[in-house]
Amino acid sequence: MAYIELNNELPGIRGLMQYRPEMARPLNELAEILLRNDDNSLSRGERELIGTYVSYLNDCFFCQNVHGALAGHYLQCDLQQIDAIKQNMQETELPEKMKALLQVAAMVQQSGKKVTQADINNARSNGATDREIHDTVLIAASFCMFNRYVDGLGTWAPQDRNVYLERAPRRAAEGYLDFDLTR
Amino acid sequence: MPHINLPEGVPGIRSLVVYRPETGKHLYELAQVLLRGDSPLSEADRELIATYVSHRNDCMFCKSSHAAAARCLYGDEASVVDAVMQDMQHAPISDKLKALLIIAGKVQVLGKEVKQVHIDAARALGATDREIHDTVLIAASFSMFNRYVDGLATLTPTDPAAYAEMGKRMTEKGYQLPQQPNS
Repeated sequence: MAYIELNNELPGIRGLMQYRPEMARPLNELAEILLRNDDNSLSRGERELIGTYVSYLNDCFFCQNVHGALAGHYLQCDLQQIDAIKQNMQETELPEKMKALLQVAAMVQQSGKKVTQADINNARSNGATDREIHDTVLIAASFCMFNRYVDGLGTWAPQDRNVYLERAPRRAAEGYLDFDLTR
Repeated sequence: MPHINLPEGVPGIRSLVVYRPETGKHLYELAQVLLRGDSPLSEADRELIATYVSHRNDCMFCKSSHAAAARCLYGDEASVVDAVMQDMQHAPISDKLKALLIIAGKVQVLGKEVKQVHIDAARALGATDREIHDTVLIAASFSMFNRYVDGLATLTPTDPAAYAEMGKRMTEKGYQLPQQPNS
């Protein structure tokens, strides 16, 4: 159970959003534009993968499973492939540009100051644009917030990972705005 | 030098939201609702939490600008801001606020670092669920803002007068998206 009385039984960030809807609004708007808006040269799957990877590094069970299932849905890969990327992304078949962006995200996860010119140069030499580097940094930073919000208040998360896989198609279709928190 | 091609001469987060107003809009809305919206915590105390987390993340821009805003808001008691950054446990603030800053410090490290004992301590000193919630989300959001600002190596002024002016603006006008690069 969460550390505070949320007056609802919803898991993870959904319980928090129901508790404080005035704060849920800008959080969901941010998630929508960062992860789902189509005016972006990074695919939805690639952006969800960045969120998944950072959530894994932050050891946030709820976020890494919600967003891992969404990444798998968009990228058409299964849970084993998503887990392989989380555990050792350099050894996977991911494009070099994506590996370089995930490396930038991993540095952001530690601290903003950890991102070096070499990390940026590596991303750029593999074809990443300024906008893609920007969005990678902001997605990684935003998950450092979401993960801390979810775990810092001790919210509960379904332990069966299939629950997240089953929900992913509808989450992908509905997006982060104006969805029914209770469903 | 910033890692990407940001508008010249514009410092910190402002350079980022001018570069990408589509995301900046929601980041400023979040800051406004968290730091200026309805909350049982005073605006001064909320700016102090933001300052404390930014200090611990060694983010010079966020620390200096929010410290300046907190000094404005505390008025005659402005010296508590520097006292908290030097030695929070011995600063002349209430025990309840210290307990909330301890929670914020745990969130800064990682969401999972917040334990039931920290929540119980805050509650025993009179902290309400809403106060604990808002403390966690402010601390989590600055774990994002700090990484965003430093992860892209934004321009960081070194002149304290520049921050004093920012603090005054943040106190008087709150968080409004800049319309022009140099506004």
